[in-house]
Amino acid sequence: MTADYEITIGLEIHCELKTKSKIFCSCPNTFGGEPNTHCCPVCSGFPGVLPVLNKTAVEYTVKAGLALGCDISRYSKWDRKNYFYPDLPKAWQTSQYDLPLCRGGGVAFKGADGEDKFVRLNRIHLEEDAGKLIHEGGVTRVDYNRCGVPLMEIVTEPDLHSPEDAVAFLTELKNILKYTGVSDVKMQEGSLRCDVNLSVARKGGPLGTRTETKNLNSFRSVLRSCKYEAERQIELLESGGEVVQETRRWDDAAGEGSGMRGKENAHDYRYFPEPDLMPVVMSDEDIERIRATIPALKQQRIDKYTAEYNLSDYDAALITADVAIADLFDGTVAEGANPKKAANFIMGDVMRLAKEPGSEDVNIKITPAQLSAMLSLVEQGVVSLVAVQKEIFPKVWGTDADPAAVVDKLGLRQSNDTAEIEAAVKEIMAANEKVVNDYRSGNTKVVSFFVGQVMKATKGKANPKVVNEVLSRLLKG
Amino acid sequence: MDIVKLSLTDVRDKIAAKKLSSVEVTKAIFDRIKETADLNTLITVTEQSALEKAAEVDGKIARGEKIGALAGVPIIVKDNISTSGIRTTCASRFLSNYVPPFDATVIKKLKAADAVIVGKANMDEFAMGSSNENSAFGPVRNAVDPTRVPGGSSGGSASSVAAFQAFGALGSDTGGSIRQPASFCGVVGLKPTYSAVSRFGLVAFASSLDQIGPITRCVRDNAELLNVIAGHDEMDSTSAFVKEDYTDYKTGVKGKTIGIAKEFFDREFSAEVKNAVLAAAKLYEKAGAVLKEISISSFDAALATYYIIACAEASSNLARFDGVKYGLRADADDYIDIYYKSRTAYFGAEVKRRIMIGNYVLSSGYYDAYYLKASKVRTKIKAEFDAALKECDFILGPTSPTTAFKLGGDFTDPSEAYTADIFTVPVNIAGNPAISIPCGADKSGLPIGLQLIGRSFGERELFGAAETLEKELG
Repeated sequence: MTADYEITIGLEIHCELKTKSKIFCSCPNTFGGEPNTHCCPVCSGFPGVLPVLNKTAVEYTVKAGLALGCDISRYSKWDRKNYFYPDLPKAWQTSQYDLPLCRGGGVAFKGADGEDKFVRLNRIHLEEDAGKLIHEGGVTRVDYNRCGVPLMEIVTEPDLHSPEDAVAFLTELKNILKYTGVSDVKMQEGSLRCDVNLSVARKGGPLGTRTETKNLNSFRSVLRSCKYEAERQIELLESGGEVVQETRRWDDAAGEGSGMRGKENAHDYRYFPEPDLMPVVMSDEDIERIRATIPALKQQRIDKYTAEYNLSDYDAALITADVAIADLFDGTVAEGANPKKAANFIMGDVMRLAKEPGSEDVNIKITPAQLSAMLSLVEQGVVSLVAVQKEIFPKVWGTDADPAAVVDKLGLRQSNDTAEIEAAVKEIMAANEKVVNDYRSGNTKVVSFFVGQVMKATKGKANPKVVNEVLSRLLKG
Repeated sequence: MDIVKLSLTDVRDKIAAKKLSSVEVTKAIFDRIKETADLNTLITVTEQSALEKAAEVDGKIARGEKIGALAGVPIIVKDNISTSGIRTTCASRFLSNYVPPFDATVIKKLKAADAVIVGKANMDEFAMGSSNENSAFGPVRNAVDPTRVPGGSSGGSASSVAAFQAFGALGSDTGGSIRQPASFCGVVGLKPTYSAVSRFGLVAFASSLDQIGPITRCVRDNAELLNVIAGHDEMDSTSAFVKEDYTDYKTGVKGKTIGIAKEFFDREFSAEVKNAVLAAAKLYEKAGAVLKEISISSFDAALATYYIIACAEASSNLARFDGVKYGLRADADDYIDIYYKSRTAYFGAEVKRRIMIGNYVLSSGYYDAYYLKASKVRTKIKAEFDAALKECDFILGPTSPTTAFKLGGDFTDPSEAYTADIFTVPVNIAGNPAISIPCGADKSGLPIGLQLIGRSFGERELFGAAETLEKELG
């Protein structure tokens, strides 16, 4: 019966910008902190205070807009969105109503079914974030630290038709935003949040009534809530009921949505132009100056990696999946590392440590200079790749240590001393006569056993080239 | 010599010349404040900090150090201007316990000029009113006749200056709140050009109309006080990059054209006021000015436009008073209940009325008919003032349709009270500067105010013209 219906989804994505200070005051824009330590009379709405616009927040929004193909408004203004809630100290949110900074644009992405798809954007506007309520032991407290953090709202057209595509789109959007460098886009820290508008309709029929599910803060909850809501609406229609236009909340732990308020109780925000701020005027020069600050985006880098470095499409896609990884790769190559070797090390060893289990985020704790130095040590035969992977890299990760110093400290400089290696090989052969005989009777695969043993005996210091040479000579007998 | 009756300029010069000490002057002021306490002009008296500041200034002078432009001069500040460490109530019960953690920019400037702040002036609650009877701290009495109102909303500021409780005061003017009380109390009040004085720290009533300005006993003093508080402020995004020496003005109106707008005079209002104002116009003519009849055809729409825009902005500006963060909080069960009970209990009736009007005109379905239309009329009024001030240098008219009325006057229809602002609100809508100066008295001896409206940032020309009348009238 689900197959008889088409789902239509539009998203509103709230993305916190990583400016140094807040949007209308000089308080630091940093996540966390003891409650009410990152606020001042301005962002906590004291009587008589006035906002002063942080121009970087406007530039970041325009930068994101340009990366998403939007038209940038030459004239936009601020409006007050009035409502009462304890986390909103002025009782209005300074936002943009009818003249947003960016209009149009869109995101091309690969749908969950493998098809190339495109979602049009309606607009991007800039506003301020609200504080947070902390409920504890029957008491509710207010933390204003987040008040005034610059928040970019991206509104899509209703161009999505499956929960899976909603997530595929969000993944690509998140990626582009991360590439532009305007946001950390960390869902766990709330720097990316999403409202979902969803309706269902019989295929070929007119659009159904939509509901809006607020404040989803993980891709998983977007996926689950979309599925839940689509099923709920279809069941309702199948049983002869009607979908009511309403605002809903999603309980991720329970895996359930519920109605918050209907159309008749919808807020009347009484928008009007903010008299305390001047309109934002952008010249063509301003826009071109901002455009010039956009770093190479994903596709540009994929093209470069495959054409100039001969990486496979698969490897290029893997490395560009996250801008932090791509930046590490570019930096390492710029330091002089061989692109293929750098790519292999990053895809294997770095990714393993950088991706924390259960997290959608990547945390790089090594600099391009450190990584390039490690690869160079291998290249010069100072140390084996295995020793780098097993011993050196884990010690350098998360520190500012110089890899060469770590090599010396651990005494891991590779040995090219043939006599020493011969002695070790002979000792191992003596202790493993049966395996030696296996080899000599044609099972040459067991050579890897001996390589392992020699490495173990020399604590990985033996140069593998020399080991192989000595082994093949002595094993042949 | 009665120290308190000296002009601001004189007392400043005498202190600087060590002919008077600031402590001596400040003590005389506090004696005067105590003698005239019945006027109820002040909500908070800051005697201790004032005397400390006065002693500090005297020390600076004794040591020959550099001193500010108002060194040692006692000044009163309206209680909607934030003063760090000194409670700032806006004459509302809601904020009766609110002590700001920061100074308004004008306060920083007064302090930097070494002024001595002696108290916070009573006012209509949140600057809403024209009689100073809408105060949670009781009505202010007019220093000229204590049975009468001082006007509002800066009634405490104007009456205190008339009562010699300070050498000057700061008020705020959203629709006439400096000029009308100045007129009622027989003193000089200036509403500067919108954006000439920083609003940072002024508890907002209607942000696009509010301006802080000086109230003094003579024009010269007014210019001195404006000169200290005006100028660009990076904390106020709407403040202009204009800084003039406002004390550098030329007295005289020779060759100037003074516009007499027929819409100001072709209406019913006090004949005594009308005659006094027209007589003053004749004096200007005698002094060399050319009188010219002009027309501001949208004048009659100004009052309605004003009350829509001002109430709309007020409904938003005053929404922050919710009992959550500062001020009083009513006993309540949950946050919604905190809002309802606190706002019901601690806002006065006039404030509630304006918040309701504001929410109404902004609500969906009514926005276009009220707020949007008012915004369009505003543009028209501005354009008409600009055009009129191209053909003349000033526009002359009454400040208020009446002289000070009796305390306890009962307006059964609140919109009747709003007509007290009919001559002053168009100027706030246009954004121009305007000054109210005394131009005579009615038969009961109550002061009559004349209003001169100037070009944007034409304060110096206004002072020059105002001082001409001051001299002509002796």
